[in-house]
Amino acid sequence: MSTPEEKQTEPDMLEVSIHRGGDGKPSTIQLYHVPRQDNQTVLDIVSHIQHYIDPTLSYRFACRVGMCGSCAMMVNNEPRWTCRTHIDRVVENNKIEIAPLRNLPVVKDLVPDLDPFFDKWTKAEARHHPSATRHQPMHLQSPDTPERKRADANIECINCAVCYAACDTVTKQPDYLGPAALQRAWTLLNDAKDADKQAIWKAVSGSDGCHNCHSIGSCAHYCPNELNPMVAIAGLKQQTIRQAFSLTSLLEKFETK
Amino acid sequence: MIDKRIYIWQRLSALVMIPLVIGHLAVMIYAIKGGLSVAEILGRTQDSIVWLLFYGSFVLAVSVHAALGLGVISAEWLSLKPRMAAYLSLAIGLVLLAMGSHAIWAVTFATP
Repeated sequence: MSTPEEKQTEPDMLEVSIHRGGDGKPSTIQLYHVPRQDNQTVLDIVSHIQHYIDPTLSYRFACRVGMCGSCAMMVNNEPRWTCRTHIDRVVENNKIEIAPLRNLPVVKDLVPDLDPFFDKWTKAEARHHPSATRHQPMHLQSPDTPERKRADANIECINCAVCYAACDTVTKQPDYLGPAALQRAWTLLNDAKDADKQAIWKAVSGSDGCHNCHSIGSCAHYCPNELNPMVAIAGLKQQTIRQAFSLTSLLEKFETK
Repeated sequence: MIDKRIYIWQRLSALVMIPLVIGHLAVMIYAIKGGLSVAEILGRTQDSIVWLLFYGSFVLAVSVHAALGLGVISAEWLSLKPRMAAYLSLAIGLVLLAMGSHAIWAVTFATP
């Protein structure tokens, strides 16, 4: 019979399956045993493996406090920011599976290539188009206007690509701009300081744009900052239709003919 | 795959279909519950401009809506190129239009 002291010396061990591969190599799953600790995050587990078991494991992180959006991974097939995901919330029978983010190429092991993700931000014109120089007076912005409230609703995006990995439409249509880029486009369209809204409207109305969204809602479900890109995309759809049927737009079409 | 034009056409055709589907279901229930015979049904539809317009617009809306929808689903699930999906949409739309027009012609103008 074991004494209480002996019991204490046996820590719970986690069975961690990690997808290894990338860089032209086929993906394989490697099993590691990591001691379970109080207040342990998924990123802590990956760091433990890299520090103490297998230094060849590649992963990406920076701030460790949910600010930078670098450490997102698939945890038990769901996209999550690993630095703020306690294992108590995701572990099942002391087992956990960690893979690189879905819908993106893999550089190596748990490091996704984020180029396609950020390329789509550019393609969606989801960048600030300046309306003034530093020599002009500062724009006075009230936080209470409906436009500003819509812009503020989703401004806290940290570009972690969790929504992009969660989106089934991106999986089926790799050219689709995706929730994050479209959400930022919506934010800019509602920003009084953006000077080229026509460029944004054009970018989000194309064959890879907002109208492809099926409102499945995985983006909103998984967003670690509890933002709702689906609502932003619905706003884009609604406004593009209003624009198409606006009197000005119809007159413009008539005049060009 | 879905650009603004496809989106608008699909929503507009759906908008047209909403009252027509309700009307169509009501007519079906009425015809069955009331125990109308084929001759009685044809007696109401023959040379009727109202029924021609009702089912004519229904066929047009269905042809557009179903063709666009199936084209988009094929592009997503069968990984068809956009051009192939557009051809598929066109083919489905034409088949539905031909079948629907034939049926309307039969109940409106053809002699029994």
